[in-house]
Amino acid sequence: MVEVKAENTDGEPVGREGSSVSIKVLFFARARDITGLTDIQLEVSSGSTTSDCLNKLIARFPSLEEIRGCIVLALNEEYTTEAAIVKEKDELAIIPPISGG
Amino acid sequence: MDTEEKTLVEILEENNLIDLAKYINYVSASQAGAIATFSGTTRDTFEGKTVVELRYEAYVPMAIRQIKSICSSARSSWDIHSIAVAHRLGAVPVGETSVFIAVSAVHRTDALDACKFLIDELKASVPIWKKEVYSNGEVWKENSEFMERKMELGNTNGSCCRRNLKLETRGTKGCCGAKVKVADGVAEEISTIDAGTENNLKEFNTITL
Repeated sequence: MVEVKAENTDGEPVGREGSSVSIKVLFFARARDITGLTDIQLEVSSGSTTSDCLNKLIARFPSLEEIRGCIVLALNEEYTTEAAIVKEKDELAIIPPISGG
Repeated sequence: MDTEEKTLVEILEENNLIDLAKYINYVSASQAGAIATFSGTTRDTFEGKTVVELRYEAYVPMAIRQIKSICSSARSSWDIHSIAVAHRLGAVPVGETSVFIAVSAVHRTDALDACKFLIDELKASVPIWKKEVYSNGEVWKENSEFMERKMELGNTNGSCCRRNLKLETRGTKGCCGAKVKVADGVAEEISTIDAGTENNLKEFNTITL
């Protein structure tokens, strides 16, 4: 296999195929109760979706499956879908049903 | 001289009381003939259980962003002057105010309608959570407004809210089932829907200058 160092138009190297991205995952309310953590770093393969990230989180914290049906996800402080693709240094928030006000 | 239109959003850290006068003063303007306010306070019972306190937490940067977005939405739907929204974090004992909204407008219809919209949208989409603490347990609450809205939340592409939405709050089951979990001898009811949002609200005040 030949490795090619690709560069984008700014002259910065872009990720090679097969590389991974590291994102920050935030847990709130019941999700935090379940995992016992407020946040973690998660490494996923490049091109992964938020759904892929969620699957990986559930594999690591199986009890998250309990709330999978009622959470929504936010990527970089905006609500997102499970099809959204995560990038390096993204912030993914696990948002259980809210109850402000 | 006309006062500039302003929007103020504050998420207050624990143990900070909401200063209602501050926010009313903030939205006051010589050209605004009406100020509508909403104050949400902790009530003492829920479904027959005695509430000791509510405890709030938030995804603060996103909550602020989302509230500002709701304010923009309100501005595009009503002719309003200034807006102030404040939400407390941490413990809010019975009787105290957890959320306060003030809206000023030239005319009262805009102020009142926008005020209602702001609290309805806050309850549907702002990432803030409350835990209801009873003498014998505690439970994370779930706003029925959110449960109605959540399928759409990731698909709105920036335009956050719907205007004049009549929400059906009756009979909405808690997500993931309403299971009772016993942990360390304390019975914890999971997924309690706060369907009685009308009852959860204190008076809807209008001050007309």
